[in-house]
Amino acid sequence: MEKLNVMVVGVGGQGTLLTSRIIGKTALNAGFDVKLSEVHGMAQRGGSVVTFVRFGKNVSKPVVEEGEADVLISFERLEALRYSHYLKKDGILIVNDCRIDPMTVVIGASQYPENILEQLKKDHKVYVIDGGAIAKELGNSKVLNSVVLGLSAKHIGFSKEEWISVIEKTVPQKTIDINKQAFLKGYEG
Amino acid sequence: MSEKIIMLGNEAIARGAYEAGVKVSSAYPGTPSTEISESLAKYDAVYTEWAPNEKVATEVAFGASFSGVRSLACMKHVGLNVASDPLYTFSYTGVNGGAVLVVADDPGLASSQNEQDTRMIARASHIPVLEPSDSQEAKDFIKFAYELSEKYDTPVILRTTTKLSHSQSVVTLEDRVEVADKNYERDVKKYVMMPASAIGRHVVVEKRDEMLAVDGCSFPVNRVEEGDNEIGFITSGIAYQYVKEVCPNASVLKLGLVNPLPKKLIEDFISKCKTVYVFEELEPVIEEQVRAWGYDVKGKELFTRQGEYSANMLRKALFGKVEQVFSKQEAPNRPPILCPGCPHRSVFSVLNKLKIHASGDIGCYTLGAVAPLGVIDSTLCMGASISALHGIEKARGKEFIKNWVAVIGDSTFLHTGVNSLINMVYNKATGTVLILDNRTTGMTGHQQHASTGKTLKGEDTYAINLAQLCKAIGVPSVIEVNAFDVVELEKVIKNAVNGNQLTVIIAKAPCALLKGQVFPFKCVANPEKCRKCGMCLKIGCPAITKQPDGTVKIDETMCNGCGLCKSYCKFNAIEKVEK
Repeated sequence: MEKLNVMVVGVGGQGTLLTSRIIGKTALNAGFDVKLSEVHGMAQRGGSVVTFVRFGKNVSKPVVEEGEADVLISFERLEALRYSHYLKKDGILIVNDCRIDPMTVVIGASQYPENILEQLKKDHKVYVIDGGAIAKELGNSKVLNSVVLGLSAKHIGFSKEEWISVIEKTVPQKTIDINKQAFLKGYEG
Repeated sequence: MSEKIIMLGNEAIARGAYEAGVKVSSAYPGTPSTEISESLAKYDAVYTEWAPNEKVATEVAFGASFSGVRSLACMKHVGLNVASDPLYTFSYTGVNGGAVLVVADDPGLASSQNEQDTRMIARASHIPVLEPSDSQEAKDFIKFAYELSEKYDTPVILRTTTKLSHSQSVVTLEDRVEVADKNYERDVKKYVMMPASAIGRHVVVEKRDEMLAVDGCSFPVNRVEEGDNEIGFITSGIAYQYVKEVCPNASVLKLGLVNPLPKKLIEDFISKCKTVYVFEELEPVIEEQVRAWGYDVKGKELFTRQGEYSANMLRKALFGKVEQVFSKQEAPNRPPILCPGCPHRSVFSVLNKLKIHASGDIGCYTLGAVAPLGVIDSTLCMGASISALHGIEKARGKEFIKNWVAVIGDSTFLHTGVNSLINMVYNKATGTVLILDNRTTGMTGHQQHASTGKTLKGEDTYAINLAQLCKAIGVPSVIEVNAFDVVELEKVIKNAVNGNQLTVIIAKAPCALLKGQVFPFKCVANPEKCRKCGMCLKIGCPAITKQPDGTVKIDETMCNGCGLCKSYCKFNAIEKVEK
């Protein structure tokens, strides 16, 4: 692969940042130039968050723009819809099957769109996973990002072992085992 | 050592300061600058601290430099306004040990109240500015900044922007170089800025600018990348990356020193190119100077002064269109909101119920301006909530502010709010000030401050007692209350606004995201008891959603069991249960 543009989107607090950092480190270990762009501060507080990972022989800007994403990973359905136009023609969309109502929907000022997945499938190659349910089965609902990462990893490239070695060095010590299990659930389906 | 790792721009700045032999660093947190100090605090060789505000931090850096060591102060762009007072005269005194201010601008307003451009202040105060465009340069440039500072006897600003501070790229680590402390010698003409000395120093400052503008032409941080001379770009910082992405073959003058400008280098570059574009985020600082020298360049007529730049924005400006396969889909907005279990929500729910207006301040609680809580009427800058309320009272009288309060966080209160409160005491105000004490600097990601009892390095220290502080400056009525006790809150707020004396109410409860907390409870809605009245939805908690049948559901992974929704349910349909 010459260059890959990956986006990780979701709702502040879902673990998008850690996921993109793991992708970045895996690419770096494989010998690529890597750039990541993150969101900090107020924008994180339950808002729509987007992080970018770009890797290749030589990377200039740290962001992925409209029409440039090879892989779009969304931790929430509405966020997948919001950023779907960032995908390239044959880009891959990975969606965690979860709904988090924005405050505008909670207070009745707007409607949460119905049939988001069906709509997205018309234009894109979409892979859906219920990361929350799988994580809960494993006993820690917080590892849903590792489940989603597992599925995404198959479409990004690199070997299973390369991914796992980065997970081992990145997640908190106490959660290494469960994060590895969660990753494999996503990876092996 | 030559280990290659991937680093956040801010981590790389900290690493560069460490490698440069910096000994003292002082800062106040502010997005996007905060992680610089947090990263630097991990190096034992560097003394790092949180100061109550940026003016103090800059003066600490001045003192450390003046005494002979390399020093650092970090802040966000609006923090530089607070630090301007020492900055303008620090420019006159110059340095002994090298001194650098890292200032982080926020084009695009990821987490700020304006989009000001630090280069404008740097020009006005005659401070050289270096601007890196990735993490490696961030580390290299801050090291160069210390060389410049000592060679040209000036504080130096390293300007970063959100995209640089919060993006990660590959960095090669090097070892720290211990720099010997400079001798301290008393020098009244250089360091005591009374008129007789300052007159002479002003001349020195002007000469320094002229020298840098000449010498800068051969600094390696400024470089020409020769390419097709049909079009040439003069650019700097993160904007350079977009130029390389869109026009990889164009000629580029990449400026690392953006104040003062290396005039001859720029003139030579312009003379070689047919059309020259100045591509700079925010203000036309480079463009206007180049135009003033008599050159016709293209700039802000094509490229906006607003927001962050992008490759697509450059493509559109140059080629008139951007190739795009899919169109943007309609999706309801998801703005940032107060977290589940946030104590600010509780206070705002009471203000909302009492129909009280709030003069607001800078922090997560600014989010109290939006629906459904909607109680904040103004946000200007750090500390302004209290002084603005005072202004309202002096303009419209005591009766007018019977349904007004000022709302300010603990960290912000200590930053500059306390001065405003002194003004209220002194000038016989009768208003009500709410200090939302969540025991941290919340919005920037949980930094310690003078009333938390911990230093930036994690050591124990004296915790300033806010209630005692308010009493000591003469506030006649100071009340402390649990932020989640809505009954008590309502009572004390009503009393305070209807009373005739200045009152400070300190609403206390830790930020829900603060580490080390245990949340043993969760709230559960009982659909059988729910009367679908929607009262619990009015508090705007993201864990609560309305079901198709009109009842509510509380997301158990999001809920922290604060019980605020339960306080507002008249039908006992919400229960607080153990997790």
